[in-house]
Amino acid sequence: MAPLLELEDVEARYGAIKALHGVSLAVGEGEVVALLGANGAGKTTTLRAVSGTVRRSGRISLVGHSLERRSPEAVARAGIAHVPEGRGTFAELSVRENLRLGAWTRRGRLHGEEERVLAYFPALAERIRQPAGTLSGGEQQMLALARALMARPRLLMLDEPSLGLAPLVVASIFAILRHLNEEEGLAVLLVEQNATLAFEAAATAYVLEVGHVALAGPADDLRADESVRRSYLGY
Amino acid sequence: MAQFWQQVVSGLASGGIYASLALALVIVYRSSGVINFAQGEMATFATFLAWTFLHHGISFWPAFALTLAVAFAGGVALERVVIRPVEGRPVLTVVILTIGLLILINGATQWIWGGAVRKFPSPFSTRPIHVGSAAFSIQDIGIVGVCLVAVALLTLFFRFTKLGLGLRAAAVNPEESRLVGVRVGWMLALGWGLSAALGAVSGMMVAPVVFLDPNMMQGILLYAFAAAVLGGLESPVGAVVGGLALGVLLNLLGTYFSTFGGEMRLVGGLAVILAVLLIRPTGLFGRTAVRRV
Repeated sequence: MAPLLELEDVEARYGAIKALHGVSLAVGEGEVVALLGANGAGKTTTLRAVSGTVRRSGRISLVGHSLERRSPEAVARAGIAHVPEGRGTFAELSVRENLRLGAWTRRGRLHGEEERVLAYFPALAERIRQPAGTLSGGEQQMLALARALMARPRLLMLDEPSLGLAPLVVASIFAILRHLNEEEGLAVLLVEQNATLAFEAAATAYVLEVGHVALAGPADDLRADESVRRSYLGY
Repeated sequence: MAQFWQQVVSGLASGGIYASLALALVIVYRSSGVINFAQGEMATFATFLAWTFLHHGISFWPAFALTLAVAFAGGVALERVVIRPVEGRPVLTVVILTIGLLILINGATQWIWGGAVRKFPSPFSTRPIHVGSAAFSIQDIGIVGVCLVAVALLTLFFRFTKLGLGLRAAAVNPEESRLVGVRVGWMLALGWGLSAALGAVSGMMVAPVVFLDPNMMQGILLYAFAAAVLGGLESPVGAVVGGLALGVLLNLLGTYFSTFGGEMRLVGGLAVILAVLLIRPTGLFGRTAVRRV
């Protein structure tokens, strides 16, 4: 069976600077895959190559449909929800409006959808009318996640969801992620600096190094490997 | 006192016209980040179209609706054909392009309809209605009514429809909007279409008062700038409040200080722009942009 998302020899560039030199990876249905690596290794760029917010070439496909020529709008409509680093909520719009935007690509009635998503994030339900910009960092990350879920994506791409958040908040976000994956079969491509968190959440991990995949394998194997930790993850 | 209230109502009528054109400017500014200097000429062109419809025997309100539809389509087309190719270029490039559009559309209007001044019918009676000792013109009340209804409908559209939400999202954060699947390019075009239609409303409302000629909106555009700057270029509410306030202010100044009557009225408009930019550059309702990085 073809994987949900497949990248083959993907290159990406910012102007004249090449940021990815042929990345290949796959995310299976219902699988959580972590992307690890040092700063500047190309983790964020890999996600951006998928969503089309950076110039890319190579093959990118979602269940066999090629994405590499599609605009970010079209990639979103194909079923990929990308939560970028720094959360990227609409600060001036209310929490509810942010959620409604999350469901932009869906047609028909969304009855009960908001309630379904808010059940995971009770803190947001209390702030439904507030502008997103007035939320705390943790709440904004939750809103970004909630908004992505409103699209009922086939694949969720999360960029550094733990960045700058208190450990308790991080723990609750990862607990929600695990629940979504186990109960609803949500597939996740996760970029995470915190390797401990990433190895716990993911079944498979890829380690990137200056724009290419240096290592790949089951998360447990990579975690156990002392040399991997020392040479690539630096802890 | 009667004279005061009469002048306030008549000021509101001009204010409604400024407000709708100012709101058109603000919608484009919010989504594309540029002032559309051709906004006034687009409105004039649309008003000439309305004149042609009326001339062919269509009655006022159907001609009004038809003009709005054509103006909307024209605005969308202009964005797609002229503005789209320079998307992402420096603001100055786009501004110069809109100035070019101003000259082009003005020329096209003169070429098609000639430079003569024409009478444009008003849908409202010029008869006054008497309230106590004051006499208000039905036309003035009608003008401000139509402008406010147009503004209100647009507000409802922005607040309560999915498309309106998409337009606002695309304006405040285009990158994010793409990631949730909003076709930002089309949202910009839609904004131009709505602005063009709103401008056409102001054109058709002002033409019976100032008569129809190819340069009709040039003065009005300046007042609309003043109104938009006064309210805060980023703020749709500000554009409307700014427009109405400016109309009343200039009218009262003209009434009680003869210096500000007639031609000096334009100077009043410019003075407002200057004063706002010096004292409070973000306008009454604007705020300093907060951007997270």
